[in-house]
Amino acid sequence: MKYLAEFRDGEVAKKLAAAIAREVNPERRYRFMEFCGGHTHAISRYGVADLLPENVRMIHGPGCPVCVLPIGRIDQAIQLALEEGVILCTYGDCLRVPASGGLSLLKAKAQGGDIRMIYSCADAVTLARQNPDKQVVFFAIGFETTTPPTAVAIKQAAALGLSNFSVLCCHVLTPPAIASIMEGVDEQLQLDGFVGPAHVSTIIGSRPYEPFATQYRKPVVIAGFEPLDVLQAIRMLIRQVNDGRAEVENEFSRAVDRDGNRKAQALMDEVFELRESFEWRGLGTLPHSARRLRAEFAGFDAERRFALAYRPVADQKGCDCGEILRGIKRPQECKLFGTVCTPENPIGSCMVSSEGACAAHYTYGRYKDG
Amino acid sequence: MPPTTLMGVTRMVEPRKNYLRPLDLKHGHVDMAHGAGGRAMAQLIDELFARHLGNEWLAQGDDGAVLPAPGAGRLVMATDSHVVSPLFFPGGDIGCLAVHGTINDVAVMGAQPLWLSAAFILEEGLPLADLARIVASMATAARQAGVPIVTGDTKVVERGKGDGVFITTTGVGLVPPGRELSGSRAQPGDAILVSGTLGDHGMAIMAGRENLGFESPIVSDTAALHGLIADLLASGGDIHVLRDPTRGGLATTLNEIARQSGVGMMLQEKALPISPPVAAACEFLGLDPLYVANEGKLVAICPQNDAEKVLTAMRGHPLGACAAVIGTVHHDPQRFVQMTTAFGGKRMVDWLTGDQLPRIC
Repeated sequence: MKYLAEFRDGEVAKKLAAAIAREVNPERRYRFMEFCGGHTHAISRYGVADLLPENVRMIHGPGCPVCVLPIGRIDQAIQLALEEGVILCTYGDCLRVPASGGLSLLKAKAQGGDIRMIYSCADAVTLARQNPDKQVVFFAIGFETTTPPTAVAIKQAAALGLSNFSVLCCHVLTPPAIASIMEGVDEQLQLDGFVGPAHVSTIIGSRPYEPFATQYRKPVVIAGFEPLDVLQAIRMLIRQVNDGRAEVENEFSRAVDRDGNRKAQALMDEVFELRESFEWRGLGTLPHSARRLRAEFAGFDAERRFALAYRPVADQKGCDCGEILRGIKRPQECKLFGTVCTPENPIGSCMVSSEGACAAHYTYGRYKDG
Repeated sequence: MPPTTLMGVTRMVEPRKNYLRPLDLKHGHVDMAHGAGGRAMAQLIDELFARHLGNEWLAQGDDGAVLPAPGAGRLVMATDSHVVSPLFFPGGDIGCLAVHGTINDVAVMGAQPLWLSAAFILEEGLPLADLARIVASMATAARQAGVPIVTGDTKVVERGKGDGVFITTTGVGLVPPGRELSGSRAQPGDAILVSGTLGDHGMAIMAGRENLGFESPIVSDTAALHGLIADLLASGGDIHVLRDPTRGGLATTLNEIARQSGVGMMLQEKALPISPPVAAACEFLGLDPLYVANEGKLVAICPQNDAEKVLTAMRGHPLGACAAVIGTVHHDPQRFVQMTTAFGGKRMVDWLTGDQLPRIC
């Protein structure tokens, strides 16, 4: 496949792996966190870790949109579907995330909730137009990548004067999550650097990561989601570590610059404002880490329209998703992994999405556990 | 019918020849009467089903078809329900799919498919034109395959209780003495082959269903495989396992065989035949072509020494032109299917979880 095969080339990978093997200092260990679930998925799916020297270890970060969604938010979506009788639309990955009472959106659907999987939030607007006598709610999740399209959908609904469309906004921000890792658990993790987000960075640019390099003295290399991108970024991180540098470098220069997509940023600012705080799964409640609709668009805010209250719910007992999202534990170190918690019957969110650390390890890597 | 005379007027016991208006195959719809067992149903059977599918066994008109006892060997029987949406898709429709699917299930057991049955569940409101198109497509598929549909059934359900039409077909075939094919016969050291490109059917359906409007239309591979299978069996290769990787794709089929045979498998990603449009569409939707359905492909497992022979036989048939050896069977008590990625790493090719859902970003 043109433009993709080039970034998955096994021969280039072999050469790059050999270069990495030459460049690592055998006397030390390298511990890098890939923030994004997209990187976690690429590393697992293409077997990138098999090409790394023994002393280079990748630690999975929290950047998987459905993984960081706390149970309380899924509960709200289920409440809308089952109690308010709305047509609830969301992206596919969300459907299987476990919520309270043994439910998930998929199970709520089986109980009669009108829950639809969509590919684009524009489809939710279309549904609202086609069903004028029903309330249509788009359960909006994800980082900065999926936020601008939601803003577009809201503006479109406003322009159309749709009174039956609203958004349950759970869009979150990447930089506060990285900061939380740096401040919260880095003493335990002793990270040597970060593989920075790919698609998120096309929106926010590379500038927001600069404080992590200057303040926390951690190298950051922004990388694309293809396996060669990841391998090249790891090489760049190793070089920074070896040179004693801590900079923001950009491996993904074919799509990311320092400023990002200003149009998308303006759109997000126009429609959304920052929440005072937001509860994340695994990372706790982080200030200014998520968005809600501005007052001008309050009519499209499902939380206001249906007077939804947020009720935090503790994770399942024994589930280590929190530690896994913070990189403190590896999936196979959770007692539930592969026993009671499997992709068919996920107990925690990390076992749901293919970008989740547990699902990725279960699906692609558990043969290594012996 | 003998005419009866009453008060000088000649009356027929049955309606006059032209009294029953023919089915409106252009604008008519299926209604509840078509399944009620009365004259409307008889008319549907006569004018639509019998017209297209007619053969000497259907013409017997009894509750069951009386068939000649086949020769020596063992009988294979397989059944498959078809619930595809949309009913018509690039490269086929639910009708030919229902014929191919069951013929293939019989044929991969090493059997010569002999007869099919077809049971229809129609939804009230289904355009008769669509039904006629579907039944005509079944007839063509059955005729081309040389496997007649010898008995059938029709039921109608109320609007909203079906998805247009559901078709269940059952097939019977004959395996000659001495031929043993089974998913439990894969052995360490065997080679794994596929007969062509993967994921074409599933992506053709997906593109049609989601209205994604891919620029290069992907066409379903739906086809009857018994001709290809006959060629493989005649090649002289000692084939241990044949299976058609339908729903759940190649990955699911290989995991089933690995479990049944108690072995592990190692695939070579580089060797997997996947057409560029399917690869691109999967990439776009975040799907893995290994898990996408095929309806005209075959997995064959045979000793490494016979792999070349079987591959040549596959490639010699029009349905096997893109055949490839894609991996090997090895000893593994865990029964894992693994793959050496084109990138140079290793990973598992696990069972499918739920439905394959598109990723978010």
